[in-house]
Amino acid sequence: MSSDDKNHQQGADMGRRRMLIGATSALGAVGVGFVAVPFLKSWMPSARAKAVGAPVEVDLRTVKPDQIIKVMWRGQTIGIMNRSKKLLDRIGGHDEQLSDPGSAVIDQQPEFAVNEFRSMKPEWLVLNMHCTHLGCIPQVLPEPGAYAWEADWPGGFFCPCHKSKFDLSGRVFKGVPAPTNLIIPPYSFLDNNTLIIGVSGAA
Amino acid sequence: MAKPASNLKKRGVELFNWFDKRLPISDFWEAHLAGYYAPKNFNFWYFFGSLAMLVLVIQIVTGIFLTMHYKPSAEDAFASVEYIMRDVEWGWLIRYMHTTGASLFFVVVYLHMFRGLMYGSYRKPRELIWIFGMIIYVLLMAEAFMGYILPWGQMSYWGAQVIVSLFGAVPKFGGLITEWIRGDYFIADATLNRFFALHVIAVPIMLLLLVVLHLSALHQVGSNNPDGIEIKEHKGKDGKPLDGIPFHPYYTVKDIFGVGVFLFIFAFIIFFSPDLGGLFLEHDNFVPADSMVTPIHIKPSWYFTPFYAILRAVPDKLAGVITMFSAIIMLFLLPWLDRSPVKSIRYRGWITKFLIILFAAAFIRLGMLGLGEGTIAETIESRIWTFIYFAFFALLWFFSKHEKTKPVPERVTK
Amino acid sequence: MTRLIKNNVLFAALLMLFSATVAASGGGGLKQVNVNVQDTGALQRGAVEFVNNCLSCHAAAYMRYSRLGQDLGLSDDQVRESFLPANAKIGDTMTVSMSDDEAKAWFGNKAPDLSVIGRARGANWLYAYLTSFYQDDSGQWNNTVFPDVAMPHVLWNLQGIQKAVYHEEDDGYGGVHNVFSHFEMTSPGTQSVEEYEQTVHDLVTYLVYMGEPARIQRESIGVWVLLFLVLFTFVAYLLKVEYWKDIH
Repeated sequence: MSSDDKNHQQGADMGRRRMLIGATSALGAVGVGFVAVPFLKSWMPSARAKAVGAPVEVDLRTVKPDQIIKVMWRGQTIGIMNRSKKLLDRIGGHDEQLSDPGSAVIDQQPEFAVNEFRSMKPEWLVLNMHCTHLGCIPQVLPEPGAYAWEADWPGGFFCPCHKSKFDLSGRVFKGVPAPTNLIIPPYSFLDNNTLIIGVSGAA
Repeated sequence: MAKPASNLKKRGVELFNWFDKRLPISDFWEAHLAGYYAPKNFNFWYFFGSLAMLVLVIQIVTGIFLTMHYKPSAEDAFASVEYIMRDVEWGWLIRYMHTTGASLFFVVVYLHMFRGLMYGSYRKPRELIWIFGMIIYVLLMAEAFMGYILPWGQMSYWGAQVIVSLFGAVPKFGGLITEWIRGDYFIADATLNRFFALHVIAVPIMLLLLVVLHLSALHQVGSNNPDGIEIKEHKGKDGKPLDGIPFHPYYTVKDIFGVGVFLFIFAFIIFFSPDLGGLFLEHDNFVPADSMVTPIHIKPSWYFTPFYAILRAVPDKLAGVITMFSAIIMLFLLPWLDRSPVKSIRYRGWITKFLIILFAAAFIRLGMLGLGEGTIAETIESRIWTFIYFAFFALLWFFSKHEKTKPVPERVTK
Repeated sequence: MTRLIKNNVLFAALLMLFSATVAASGGGGLKQVNVNVQDTGALQRGAVEFVNNCLSCHAAAYMRYSRLGQDLGLSDDQVRESFLPANAKIGDTMTVSMSDDEAKAWFGNKAPDLSVIGRARGANWLYAYLTSFYQDDSGQWNNTVFPDVAMPHVLWNLQGIQKAVYHEEDDGYGGVHNVFSHFEMTSPGTQSVEEYEQTVHDLVTYLVYMGEPARIQRESIGVWVLLFLVLFTFVAYLLKVEYWKDIH
């Protein structure tokens, strides 16, 4: 470290030394960088996680009109609701009470679901059931009426944890803790009777 | 343009000084690297200390990542290792680094120990360095043994069975002790689970502590060298040893080169022969543990085979176990058994010179015999080499004190 | 300088001892079989043999069909078409429907999982095993490499039926033993001897691959890692030499 180091030869080529230190350090840094990649990547979902998280097929004939069934996809509870005209009629007419009636927040649904019904086919609602506030599963309350927490309920989803409210398209009402609409997962229809969750279809 | 750069540099220096006033950064640097004077005549054999440190770091880092995917239960262990090998991204590389690292750790440590033996690095005043080093070696064997259990293959299972049973040789309490170690009536889930805890936490902590002690003791007395003379006895006007050079930069750049060569060998094994013909990863360990079937050819990992050969050479359970453990204990006593007037093999008399080479040969040959199938000829040969192994210590003690030595130079030679 | 040479000689001797030990631990009197896991054609043919002949009883519970496709250069649809059972998904592993109890009842033993058999047994043994089935005098299947094996010869219609021929040998202690000499084909199969050996070679190549699917990737990356380390070590050596000019 000291300048009068006895070992420093007179006229040592300091330029060459600096160059070699730079080259060795640079190569060392590159090497460490390369080695770091496998370690970081080992945290990504494994082949098993990917296999378990593979698309899920659902036979739609098992879902009766105005009913909802729940399936698991990637550890999330996905609700599949068969909405008859009766339920679809309850969706319009309260846009002014909603935070995001037009599904403007892009990450909340695939592009094909940017519509009033937030679905590819109006009658089929495919919904990630987890509340966008803190992840609870809301109750399904399709019947309109007066409730302790809402005098004029139009029908929809109600989260028991922190009283967030969503309509029958999963759109969030104003003045509740949940910030955004419920998430619509990617899905498509293999045929008229088979839904596949995890593969995004075209609109 | 130059101004902001120099400004930045000034800021950096200020920041460093802020820390240096509160933490002995530059003091440490000066005491252990730039101002630590090591003999200038270190040769090839002096690479293995720093390499052992490197391998320790590799083992800790890869080990931490393996625990993230491994499951320490008899039910899941084997499958979770295959999960790492197949399903975890790059899991195979991390595991091979760990398995290859384990074997190379012993390669490096054995060469490091042989260096100490050749140049008398355990002699006064460096007895404690040797003792700490020997404790590191014993801990390393415990660490390797318990790590070997974790894949829960046939060799894991039956290796554990055999090693744990060694403690059953203790008179009267043997049964109780083995039961206590296993936590069950056979090698079972409880055994695997506790060995996992010891392997990933307890032993590594002790190893790290011992490494600190090993290096503290070394830097207290200074390094030995191939001539076995004290460089501190000849100091220049500036108070620095005339035959010493600052560890940094001279030995850091040298060791970096050594690291490059080592990593080349390390990578070659990992990428082209990770099981090294069954020596680093044994074939039978790819069969899941089965308490009903013992593999036909059961043997420990190669780094234990010298002691295994000694164990097999003795035709009595208790005596065999005692002999085997004595083989390790004798090494602890080396600083006091060697009474030669000189340290380095270069200036020893021919008898002890020959003894040291014979001892190394005995160790290697026993290691090879331990890998064998235990034929009658092998057992007889093992007995001969076992005798030589132990005779070395007695003969060294006897011959070293009055041995005819060559004159030791005042200053180190090239 | 002489010391340097001595050191190197000593180290070289150690290395030689070490490699001699490694070499000695292999072998075992079996025919040496070289498999190349980079041979995609052999792997594909071997995979077909495996799925058609072995997978009905033996599982490979750590091997995913999707991985098979990736490593063998097949699309998911191709894997679905040629390998995937009707109700399985592409990400599933190769399990079988036969339970261990059924296997015990039918063959007296449960059929071991074959995921890592390539690593447990090695190519030489597997090759010898699959070419050494014979029918004994009572018409039972047996195997010279694995005597009294529970498994029948699944590939018999390809190989044909052979019988083992023995000759008598003096053991030097006054006893006479029947020692296996060679096989004799009693009823040829649909493949010639060479074709059958190729089939087994493909199958063994696949088994070795399946024991360690990462091997394909491992070997191809390894070359680059070593080249990088050579470069690094070379520069580090120049740095060392440059600094050590100071030391006399």
